[in-house]
Amino acid sequence: MAGNTIEVDIKVPNKTRYLSLIGKIGEDIARELEKYSGDKETLAYHLNLVLTEAMVNAIKHAGPKEPEKQVRIVISIHADDLTIRVYDDGQGFDINSIPPPNFEELEDRGRGIFLIRSLMDTVYYRKNCKENILEMKKKLV
Amino acid sequence: MNLVNETRNEVVVVYVKEERLDAHNSAELKSAVQKLFEDGTKNVLVDLKDVRFIDSSGLGALVSGFKNAISHQGNLKLSSLQSQVKSMFELTRLHRVFEIFPSAAEAIENFQQ
Repeated sequence: MAGNTIEVDIKVPNKTRYLSLIGKIGEDIARELEKYSGDKETLAYHLNLVLTEAMVNAIKHAGPKEPEKQVRIVISIHADDLTIRVYDDGQGFDINSIPPPNFEELEDRGRGIFLIRSLMDTVYYRKNCKENILEMKKKLV
Repeated sequence: MNLVNETRNEVVVVYVKEERLDAHNSAELKSAVQKLFEDGTKNVLVDLKDVRFIDSSGLGALVSGFKNAISHQGNLKLSSLQSQVKSMFELTRLHRVFEIFPSAAEAIENFQQ
């Protein structure tokens, strides 16, 4: 997949009305991958979903210090490696402490991280001194 | 959120006239369905023909509606799922929970049985 190098760095207000915009950017990127051999429409949906879920997560954990916070999203594709990073400056949480959904019990919530984990190869959540980063990787093969 | 209600054979059909059912608008669907059951409606069909994209919040709103139906001795069924939307129900095992029909007409017929 040489030649498929894309880097998109976006900041949007941390409001749910921007979910659609971010999701559509993910879809458009998937459709532009000329050498991707899989089903591009399925990948487009999956990127839309992962970006939507990750941004909702960032909105939930954003800090209360300033009323107009932004969410930063970086999407990079180098050869067949896709990396999505979503930055928030909230309290953060240990992603490993979130259990998979209990399929026997009907909960309204708790499927977002499960969906991200199902559709991406690796998912890490880490903190640096000023923000939290949700990093998700996938091999585009 | 654009929701259109239509009553057919004692079934209230809620047509979700949105391309996305996500964290931005799903609370409105959740409230609308909750109100239907609270007002005494027994049979609710949510038709997703226009919905191209659903996220975990959208799925959660439908689960909430399903639980509302149970607590009011009612029924909530789904119709007209696009293939990508249906695959999200499968991934989260929710296709085992909901009764899902290819069209609103087939779902309405099923309510009569």
